[in-house]
Amino acid sequence: MTSFGYIPRKTIVDEMSGASKIFLTLAMSISAMITFDTRFLLLVIAVSISLFIMAKISFKEIKAILVFIFVFLLINNIAIFLFAPEQGVLIYGTRNELLRISERYTITVQQLYYQMNVTLKYFSIVPIALVFFLTTDPAEFAWSLNTLGVSYKIAYAVSLALRYIPEVQRNYRDISQAQQARGVDISKKAPIKARLKGVLTILFPLVFSSLDRIEQISNAMEMRGFGREKKRTWYSGRSFISYDYIVAVIAILCIGLSVYTIVLNNGRFYNPFI
Amino acid sequence: MKYSIKQVVATAIGSAIFFVLARFVSIPIFANTYLTLQYAVLGFFAAVFGPFCGLLIGLIGHTLTDLAFGWGIWWSWVIASAVVGFLSGFVVKSKKAEEGALEKSDLVRFIFGSLLVHGISWGLVAPGLDIAIYAEPANKVFIQGLIAGAGNFVFTAVIGTALLAAYAKTRVKTGSLG
Repeated sequence: MTSFGYIPRKTIVDEMSGASKIFLTLAMSISAMITFDTRFLLLVIAVSISLFIMAKISFKEIKAILVFIFVFLLINNIAIFLFAPEQGVLIYGTRNELLRISERYTITVQQLYYQMNVTLKYFSIVPIALVFFLTTDPAEFAWSLNTLGVSYKIAYAVSLALRYIPEVQRNYRDISQAQQARGVDISKKAPIKARLKGVLTILFPLVFSSLDRIEQISNAMEMRGFGREKKRTWYSGRSFISYDYIVAVIAILCIGLSVYTIVLNNGRFYNPFI
Repeated sequence: MKYSIKQVVATAIGSAIFFVLARFVSIPIFANTYLTLQYAVLGFFAAVFGPFCGLLIGLIGHTLTDLAFGWGIWWSWVIASAVVGFLSGFVVKSKKAEEGALEKSDLVRFIFGSLLVHGISWGLVAPGLDIAIYAEPANKVFIQGLIAGAGNFVFTAVIGTALLAAYAKTRVKTGSLG
Protein backbone atom coordinates (compact mmCIF):
# COMPACT_ATOMS: atom_id res chain seq x y z
CA MET A 1 0.00 0.00 0.00
CA THR A 2 2.36 2.72 -1.09
CA SER A 3 1.32 5.79 -2.96
CA PHE A 4 3.23 8.53 -4.59
CA GLY A 5 2.77 12.10 -3.56
CA TYR A 6 4.32 15.40 -2.62
CA ILE A 7 8.08 15.56 -2.07
CA PRO A 8 9.69 19.01 -1.59
CA ARG A 9 12.05 19.60 -4.52
CA LYS A 10 12.86 23.27 -4.04
CA THR A 11 12.08 24.32 -7.60
CA ILE A 12 10.21 27.38 -8.85
CA VAL A 13 7.08 25.29 -9.22
CA ASP A 14 7.31 24.27 -5.55
CA GLU A 15 7.68 27.89 -4.55
CA MET A 16 4.42 28.84 -6.23
CA SER A 17 1.41 28.85 -3.98
CA GLY A 18 -1.07 25.99 -4.07
CA ALA A 19 -3.82 28.47 -4.87
CA SER A 20 -2.31 29.48 -8.20
CA LYS A 21 -1.57 25.87 -9.13
CA ILE A 22 -5.17 24.84 -8.41
CA PHE A 23 -6.36 27.81 -10.44
CA LEU A 24 -4.15 26.87 -13.39
CA THR A 25 -5.18 23.20 -13.23
CA LEU A 26 -8.87 24.15 -13.22
CA ALA A 27 -8.47 26.74 -15.98
CA MET A 28 -6.53 24.33 -18.18
CA SER A 29 -8.95 21.46 -17.71
CA ILE A 30 -11.98 23.68 -18.32
CA SER A 31 -10.48 25.29 -21.41
CA ALA A 32 -9.42 21.90 -22.77
CA MET A 33 -12.94 20.63 -22.19
CA ILE A 34 -14.53 23.53 -24.04
CA THR A 35 -12.75 23.35 -27.37
CA PHE A 36 -11.72 20.61 -29.80
CA ASP A 37 -9.17 22.80 -31.58
CA THR A 38 -6.08 20.65 -32.17
CA ARG A 39 -3.69 23.60 -32.08
CA PHE A 40 -5.06 24.79 -28.75
CA LEU A 41 -4.89 21.32 -27.18
CA LEU A 42 -1.27 20.99 -28.31
CA LEU A 43 -0.50 24.38 -26.79
CA VAL A 44 -2.04 23.36 -23.44
CA ILE A 45 -0.01 20.16 -23.44
CA ALA A 46 3.17 22.08 -24.32
CA VAL A 47 2.66 24.57 -21.48
CA SER A 48 1.93 21.88 -18.92
CA ILE A 49 4.86 19.73 -20.03
CA SER A 50 7.20 22.69 -19.68
CA LEU A 51 5.91 23.19 -16.13
CA PHE A 52 6.52 19.51 -15.62
CA ILE A 53 10.14 19.89 -16.69
CA MET A 54 10.54 23.01 -14.53
CA ALA A 55 9.24 21.03 -11.53
CA LYS A 56 12.08 18.49 -12.06
CA ILE A 57 9.79 15.50 -11.61
CA SER A 58 11.81 12.46 -12.57
CA PHE A 59 10.53 10.22 -15.33
CA LYS A 60 11.01 7.17 -13.10
CA GLU A 61 8.36 8.40 -10.66
CA ILE A 62 5.64 8.47 -13.26
CA LYS A 63 6.70 5.69 -15.65
CA ALA A 64 4.10 3.22 -14.34
CA ILE A 65 1.35 5.82 -14.63
CA LEU A 66 2.29 6.74 -18.17
CA VAL A 67 2.17 3.09 -19.21
CA PHE A 68 -1.23 2.80 -17.59
CA ILE A 69 -2.55 5.92 -19.32
CA PHE A 70 -1.19 4.71 -22.64
CA VAL A 71 -2.96 1.35 -22.29
CA PHE A 72 -6.15 3.08 -21.20
CA LEU A 73 -6.16 5.50 -24.13
CA LEU A 74 -5.41 2.64 -26.52
CA ILE A 75 -8.38 0.62 -25.25
CA ASN A 76 -10.56 3.74 -25.38
CA ASN A 77 -9.55 4.39 -28.99
CA ILE A 78 -10.27 0.82 -30.02
CA ALA A 79 -13.66 1.02 -28.30
CA ILE A 80 -14.54 4.29 -30.05
CA PHE A 81 -13.66 2.78 -33.42
CA LEU A 82 -15.63 -0.41 -32.75
CA PHE A 83 -18.71 1.49 -31.62
CA ALA A 84 -18.66 4.41 -34.04
CA PRO A 85 -16.31 4.09 -37.01
CA GLU A 86 -18.04 6.99 -38.79
CA GLN A 87 -18.06 9.50 -35.89
CA GLY A 88 -15.29 11.59 -37.48
CA VAL A 89 -17.10 11.72 -40.82
CA LEU A 90 -20.24 12.82 -38.99
CA ILE A 91 -18.39 15.65 -37.23
CA TYR A 92 -16.24 16.97 -40.05
CA GLY A 93 -18.73 16.44 -42.86
CA THR A 94 -16.27 15.06 -45.41
CA ARG A 95 -15.08 11.53 -46.09
CA ASN A 96 -11.64 10.45 -47.26
CA GLU A 97 -11.26 6.69 -47.13
CA LEU A 98 -7.87 5.20 -46.32
CA LEU A 99 -8.56 1.52 -45.84
CA ARG A 100 -11.68 -0.58 -46.13
CA ILE A 101 -11.78 -3.42 -43.60
CA SER A 102 -15.40 -4.51 -43.97
CA GLU A 103 -18.80 -3.09 -44.85
CA ARG A 104 -19.06 -1.33 -41.49
CA TYR A 105 -15.44 -0.63 -40.63
CA THR A 106 -13.57 1.78 -42.84
CA ILE A 107 -10.59 3.78 -41.70
CA THR A 108 -11.07 7.38 -42.79
CA VAL A 109 -8.79 10.39 -42.37
CA GLN A 110 -11.61 12.16 -40.51
CA GLN A 111 -12.00 9.32 -38.02
CA LEU A 112 -8.25 9.25 -37.32
CA TYR A 113 -8.22 13.01 -36.86
CA TYR A 114 -11.24 12.90 -34.54
CA GLN A 115 -9.75 10.12 -32.41
CA MET A 116 -6.45 11.96 -32.22
CA ASN A 117 -8.31 14.99 -30.87
CA VAL A 118 -10.19 12.94 -28.29
CA THR A 119 -6.89 11.40 -27.16
CA LEU A 120 -5.24 14.83 -26.93
CA LYS A 121 -8.20 16.10 -24.96
CA TYR A 122 -7.96 13.26 -22.46
CA PHE A 123 -4.20 13.59 -22.24
CA SER A 124 -4.13 17.40 -21.95
CA ILE A 125 -5.10 17.32 -18.26
CA VAL A 126 -2.59 14.62 -17.27
CA PRO A 127 0.71 16.56 -16.99
CA ILE A 128 -0.74 19.58 -15.19
CA ALA A 129 -2.65 17.41 -12.71
CA LEU A 130 0.56 15.50 -12.00
CA VAL A 131 2.51 18.74 -11.52
CA PHE A 132 -0.13 20.05 -9.16
CA PHE A 133 -0.33 16.83 -7.16
CA LEU A 134 3.40 16.18 -6.90
CA THR A 135 4.49 19.74 -6.08
CA THR A 136 1.80 20.97 -3.69
CA ASP A 137 2.09 20.42 0.05
CA PRO A 138 -1.24 18.91 1.21
CA ALA A 139 -1.02 21.16 4.28
CA GLU A 140 -1.54 24.07 1.92
CA PHE A 141 -4.69 22.69 0.25
CA ALA A 142 -7.17 24.19 2.68
CA TRP A 143 -5.67 27.66 2.56
CA SER A 144 -5.45 27.48 -1.25
CA LEU A 145 -9.09 26.51 -1.69
CA ASN A 146 -10.20 29.16 0.78
CA THR A 147 -8.14 31.79 -1.03
CA LEU A 148 -9.89 30.83 -4.28
CA GLY A 149 -13.27 31.51 -2.69
CA VAL A 150 -14.32 28.07 -1.46
CA SER A 151 -16.11 28.25 1.90
CA TYR A 152 -13.60 27.52 4.67
CA LYS A 153 -15.70 24.72 6.07
CA ILE A 154 -15.46 22.84 2.78
CA ALA A 155 -11.77 23.71 2.47
CA TYR A 156 -11.22 22.40 5.97
CA ALA A 157 -13.08 19.20 5.09
CA VAL A 158 -10.66 18.66 2.18
CA SER A 159 -7.60 19.08 4.35
CA LEU A 160 -9.11 16.89 7.06
CA ALA A 161 -9.71 14.22 4.42
CA LEU A 162 -6.06 14.38 3.39
CA ARG A 163 -5.06 14.21 7.03
CA TYR A 164 -7.14 11.09 7.65
CA ILE A 165 -6.37 9.12 4.48
CA PRO A 166 -3.20 7.55 5.97
CA GLU A 167 -5.09 6.79 9.16
CA VAL A 168 -8.00 5.11 7.38
CA GLN A 169 -5.44 3.18 5.36
CA ARG A 170 -3.67 2.03 8.52
CA ASN A 171 -7.00 1.15 10.08
CA TYR A 172 -7.92 -0.91 7.05
CA ARG A 173 -4.62 -2.77 7.21
CA ASP A 174 -4.93 -3.47 10.93
CA ILE A 175 -8.47 -4.82 10.63
CA SER A 176 -7.47 -6.79 7.56
CA GLN A 177 -4.60 -8.46 9.44
CA ALA A 178 -6.82 -9.20 12.41
CA GLN A 179 -9.36 -10.88 10.15
CA GLN A 180 -6.66 -12.81 8.30
CA ALA A 181 -5.39 -14.08 11.65
CA ARG A 182 -8.88 -15.42 12.17
CA GLY A 183 -8.66 -17.29 8.90
CA VAL A 184 -10.33 -14.89 6.46
CA ASP A 185 -8.66 -15.28 3.08
CA ILE A 186 -8.60 -12.19 0.87
CA SER A 187 -5.58 -13.16 -1.22
CA LYS A 188 -5.69 -13.94 -4.91
CA LYS A 189 -5.91 -17.65 -4.13
CA ALA A 190 -9.42 -17.42 -2.70
CA PRO A 191 -12.38 -17.56 -5.11
CA ILE A 192 -14.04 -14.19 -5.84
CA LYS A 193 -17.06 -14.84 -3.64
CA ALA A 194 -14.92 -15.71 -0.62
CA ARG A 195 -12.69 -12.67 -1.23
CA LEU A 196 -15.68 -10.39 -1.41
CA LYS A 197 -17.02 -11.79 1.84
CA GLY A 198 -13.58 -11.34 3.36
CA VAL A 199 -13.40 -7.71 2.29
CA LEU A 200 -16.81 -7.12 3.87
CA THR A 201 -15.60 -8.42 7.23
CA ILE A 202 -13.04 -5.62 7.02
CA LEU A 203 -15.36 -2.92 5.67
CA PHE A 204 -17.93 -3.09 8.46
CA PRO A 205 -15.56 -2.53 11.40
CA LEU A 206 -13.79 0.14 9.34
CA VAL A 207 -16.98 2.11 8.70
CA PHE A 208 -18.30 1.81 12.24
CA SER A 209 -15.04 2.71 13.94
CA SER A 210 -14.92 5.72 11.57
CA LEU A 211 -18.37 6.80 12.70
CA ASP A 212 -17.10 6.87 16.30
CA ARG A 213 -14.14 8.85 15.03
CA ILE A 214 -16.44 11.43 13.43
CA GLU A 215 -18.17 11.87 16.76
CA GLN A 216 -14.86 12.42 18.59
CA ILE A 217 -13.34 14.81 16.08
CA SER A 218 -16.47 16.92 15.69
CA ASN A 219 -16.84 17.22 19.46
CA ALA A 220 -13.20 18.31 19.76
CA MET A 221 -13.69 20.89 17.00
CA GLU A 222 -16.88 22.17 18.54
CA MET A 223 -15.18 22.67 21.88
CA ARG A 224 -12.49 24.71 20.18
CA GLY A 225 -15.10 26.92 18.60
CA PHE A 226 -14.81 25.79 14.96
CA GLY A 227 -17.34 27.45 12.69
CA ARG A 228 -18.28 30.31 14.97
CA GLU A 229 -16.79 33.08 12.85
CA LYS A 230 -17.32 33.91 9.20
CA LYS A 231 -13.60 33.74 8.45
CA ARG A 232 -10.59 31.92 9.79
CA THR A 233 -6.82 32.05 9.53
CA TRP A 234 -4.55 29.23 8.40
CA TYR A 235 -1.24 27.92 9.63
CA SER A 236 0.08 27.25 6.18
CA GLY A 237 -0.99 30.37 4.31
CA ARG A 238 1.65 32.24 2.32
CA SER A 239 2.03 35.39 0.30
CA PHE A 240 2.05 35.36 -3.48
CA ILE A 241 5.34 35.63 -5.40
CA SER A 242 5.72 37.00 -8.90
CA TYR A 243 5.43 33.51 -10.43
CA ASP A 244 1.97 33.19 -8.94
CA TYR A 245 0.80 36.20 -10.92
CA ILE A 246 2.39 34.85 -14.09
CA VAL A 247 0.59 31.53 -13.58
CA ALA A 248 -2.71 33.34 -12.94
CA VAL A 249 -2.29 35.31 -16.17
CA ILE A 250 -1.53 32.11 -18.10
CA ALA A 251 -4.66 30.52 -16.61
CA ILE A 252 -6.88 33.44 -17.66
CA LEU A 253 -5.25 33.53 -21.11
CA CYS A 254 -6.00 29.82 -21.47
CA ILE A 255 -9.71 30.29 -20.93
CA GLY A 256 -9.81 33.39 -23.12
CA LEU A 257 -7.97 31.65 -25.94
CA SER A 258 -10.18 28.60 -25.67
CA VAL A 259 -13.32 30.71 -26.01
CA TYR A 260 -11.69 32.60 -28.89
CA THR A 261 -11.10 29.33 -30.81
CA ILE A 262 -14.85 28.70 -30.69
CA VAL A 263 -15.52 32.07 -32.27
CA LEU A 264 -12.70 31.50 -34.75
CA ASN A 265 -13.88 28.02 -35.79
CA ASN A 266 -17.61 28.79 -35.63
CA GLY A 267 -18.05 25.99 -33.15
CA ARG A 268 -16.06 23.61 -31.01
CA PHE A 269 -14.36 21.75 -33.83
CA TYR A 270 -11.45 22.99 -35.89
CA ASN A 271 -12.09 21.58 -39.34
CA PRO A 272 -9.01 21.29 -41.58
CA PHE A 273 -10.94 19.38 -44.27
CA ILE A 274 -12.79 22.35 -45.78
CA MET B 1 -28.01 26.34 4.50
CA LYS B 2 -26.68 24.64 7.61
CA TYR B 3 -23.47 22.70 7.27
CA SER B 4 -22.76 21.44 10.78
CA ILE B 5 -19.37 20.58 12.25
CA LYS B 6 -20.39 16.95 12.29
CA GLN B 7 -21.13 17.12 8.58
CA VAL B 8 -17.76 18.77 7.92
CA VAL B 9 -15.99 15.90 9.69
CA ALA B 10 -18.25 13.28 8.07
CA THR B 11 -17.38 14.77 4.67
CA ALA B 12 -13.69 14.42 5.46
CA ILE B 13 -13.77 10.89 6.85
CA GLY B 14 -16.23 9.78 4.17
CA SER B 15 -13.92 11.12 1.46
CA ALA B 16 -10.95 9.39 3.09
CA ILE B 17 -12.77 6.04 3.15
CA PHE B 18 -13.95 6.58 -0.45
CA PHE B 19 -10.34 7.26 -1.43
CA VAL B 20 -8.84 4.25 0.35
CA LEU B 21 -11.48 1.88 -1.05
CA ALA B 22 -11.14 3.24 -4.58
CA ARG B 23 -7.37 3.32 -4.52
CA PHE B 24 -6.36 0.17 -2.68
CA VAL B 25 -9.29 -2.20 -2.39
CA SER B 26 -10.33 -3.62 -5.70
CA ILE B 27 -11.05 -7.14 -6.76
CA PRO B 28 -10.21 -7.80 -10.41
CA ILE B 29 -12.98 -9.75 -12.11
CA PHE B 30 -12.25 -9.23 -15.78
CA ALA B 31 -9.75 -7.46 -18.03
CA ASN B 32 -9.70 -3.78 -16.99
CA THR B 33 -12.78 -4.27 -14.81
CA TYR B 34 -12.62 -4.16 -11.04
CA LEU B 35 -15.16 -4.54 -8.30
CA THR B 36 -14.91 -1.52 -6.03
CA LEU B 37 -16.83 -0.78 -2.89
CA GLN B 38 -16.67 3.00 -2.54
CA TYR B 39 -20.17 3.70 -3.86
CA ALA B 40 -21.77 1.54 -1.17
CA VAL B 41 -20.04 3.67 1.46
CA LEU B 42 -20.94 6.87 -0.40
CA GLY B 43 -24.63 5.89 -0.46
CA PHE B 44 -24.50 5.04 3.24
CA PHE B 45 -22.82 8.30 4.26
CA ALA B 46 -25.22 10.33 2.13
CA ALA B 47 -28.20 8.59 3.72
CA VAL B 48 -26.90 9.24 7.22
CA PHE B 49 -25.40 12.74 6.83
CA GLY B 50 -27.55 14.26 4.11
CA PRO B 51 -27.36 15.29 0.44
CA PHE B 52 -24.83 18.13 0.70
CA CYS B 53 -22.42 15.92 2.59
CA GLY B 54 -22.92 13.17 -0.02
CA LEU B 55 -22.25 15.60 -2.85
CA LEU B 56 -18.99 16.73 -1.28
CA ILE B 57 -17.83 13.18 -0.49
CA GLY B 58 -18.39 12.18 -4.11
CA LEU B 59 -16.64 15.30 -5.37
CA ILE B 60 -13.67 15.30 -2.99
CA GLY B 61 -13.23 11.53 -2.79
CA HIS B 62 -13.30 11.05 -6.56
CA THR B 63 -11.08 14.06 -7.34
CA LEU B 64 -8.42 12.96 -4.83
CA THR B 65 -8.56 9.41 -6.19
CA ASP B 66 -8.06 10.64 -9.75
CA LEU B 67 -5.16 12.86 -8.67
CA ALA B 68 -3.44 10.08 -6.73
CA PHE B 69 -3.76 7.65 -9.62
CA GLY B 70 -2.05 10.28 -11.72
CA TRP B 71 -4.28 10.04 -14.77
CA GLY B 72 -5.58 13.61 -14.52
CA ILE B 73 -9.08 14.51 -13.38
CA TRP B 74 -12.00 13.06 -15.33
CA TRP B 75 -14.59 15.67 -14.60
CA SER B 76 -17.47 13.87 -16.29
CA TRP B 77 -17.20 10.91 -13.91
CA VAL B 78 -16.26 13.06 -10.92
CA ILE B 79 -19.48 15.02 -11.41
CA ALA B 80 -21.42 11.77 -11.78
CA SER B 81 -20.04 10.62 -8.41
CA ALA B 82 -21.07 13.91 -6.84
CA VAL B 83 -24.58 13.46 -8.28
CA VAL B 84 -24.73 9.95 -6.77
CA GLY B 85 -23.86 11.38 -3.35
CA PHE B 86 -26.26 14.29 -3.65
CA LEU B 87 -29.28 12.30 -4.80
CA SER B 88 -28.64 9.45 -2.34
CA GLY B 89 -29.07 11.99 0.43
CA PHE B 90 -32.73 12.38 -0.46
CA VAL B 91 -33.62 8.70 -0.52
CA VAL B 92 -34.12 8.21 3.20
CA LYS B 93 -34.56 10.93 5.81
CA SER B 94 -31.19 11.32 7.52
CA LYS B 95 -32.93 12.37 10.71
CA LYS B 96 -34.75 9.07 10.75
CA ALA B 97 -31.48 7.18 10.34
CA GLU B 98 -29.88 9.21 13.10
CA GLU B 99 -32.67 8.43 15.54
CA GLY B 100 -32.51 4.73 14.85
CA ALA B 101 -36.05 4.81 13.53
CA LEU B 102 -35.31 3.12 10.19
CA GLU B 103 -37.79 0.41 9.33
CA LYS B 104 -37.76 -2.32 6.76
CA SER B 105 -39.74 -0.12 4.40
CA ASP B 106 -36.93 2.49 4.59
CA LEU B 107 -34.35 -0.10 3.59
CA VAL B 108 -36.49 -1.16 0.64
CA ARG B 109 -36.81 2.53 -0.22
CA PHE B 110 -33.02 2.83 -0.06
CA ILE B 111 -32.58 -0.05 -2.51
CA PHE B 112 -35.08 1.28 -5.06
CA GLY B 113 -33.87 4.82 -4.52
CA SER B 114 -30.29 3.71 -5.23
CA LEU B 115 -31.46 2.07 -8.45
CA LEU B 116 -32.89 5.41 -9.55
CA VAL B 117 -29.83 7.37 -8.35
CA HIS B 118 -27.32 5.16 -10.13
CA GLY B 119 -29.57 5.01 -13.18
CA ILE B 120 -29.55 8.80 -13.43
CA SER B 121 -25.84 9.20 -12.70
CA TRP B 122 -24.31 6.47 -14.86
CA GLY B 123 -27.14 6.25 -17.38
CA LEU B 124 -27.59 9.97 -18.02
CA VAL B 125 -25.09 12.27 -16.30
CA ALA B 126 -21.78 10.47 -16.96
CA PRO B 127 -22.49 9.52 -20.60
CA GLY B 128 -24.18 12.88 -21.23
CA LEU B 129 -21.09 14.73 -20.07
CA ASP B 130 -18.80 12.38 -22.00
CA ILE B 131 -20.74 13.24 -25.14
CA ALA B 132 -20.84 16.97 -24.34
CA ILE B 133 -17.17 17.28 -23.34
CA TYR B 134 -15.34 14.66 -25.40
CA ALA B 135 -17.84 14.18 -28.25
CA GLU B 136 -17.62 10.46 -27.58
CA PRO B 137 -19.96 8.21 -29.59
CA ALA B 138 -23.31 7.81 -27.82
CA ASN B 139 -23.64 4.03 -28.01
CA LYS B 140 -20.16 3.52 -26.51
CA VAL B 141 -20.61 5.78 -23.48
CA PHE B 142 -24.09 4.48 -22.74
CA ILE B 143 -22.82 0.90 -22.66
CA GLN B 144 -19.88 1.97 -20.47
CA GLY B 145 -22.24 3.79 -18.13
CA LEU B 146 -24.56 0.80 -17.99
CA ILE B 147 -21.75 -1.57 -16.98
CA ALA B 148 -20.34 0.80 -14.35
CA GLY B 149 -23.79 1.74 -13.08
CA ALA B 150 -24.96 -1.86 -12.74
CA GLY B 151 -21.92 -2.78 -10.65
CA ASN B 152 -22.15 0.31 -8.47
CA PHE B 153 -25.86 -0.20 -7.93
CA VAL B 154 -25.56 -3.87 -6.94
CA PHE B 155 -22.88 -3.04 -4.37
CA THR B 156 -24.84 -0.12 -2.97
CA ALA B 157 -28.02 -2.19 -2.76
CA VAL B 158 -26.34 -5.11 -1.00
CA ILE B 159 -23.56 -3.58 1.10
CA GLY B 160 -24.98 -0.07 1.57
CA THR B 161 -28.28 -1.47 2.80
CA ALA B 162 -26.51 -3.85 5.17
CA LEU B 163 -24.48 -0.92 6.54
CA LEU B 164 -27.62 1.13 7.00
CA ALA B 165 -29.42 -1.71 8.79
CA ALA B 166 -26.45 -2.28 11.09
CA TYR B 167 -26.20 1.45 11.75
CA ALA B 168 -29.88 1.72 12.71
CA LYS B 169 -29.28 -0.99 15.32
CA THR B 170 -26.43 0.95 16.92
CA ARG B 171 -28.54 4.05 17.46
CA VAL B 172 -30.58 4.52 20.59
CA LYS B 173 -34.19 5.17 19.65
CA THR B 174 -35.73 8.49 20.66
CA GLY B 175 -37.87 8.09 23.73
CA SER B 176 -36.20 4.84 24.70
CA LEU B 177 -34.40 4.50 27.97
CA GLY B 178 -32.55 1.32 26.95
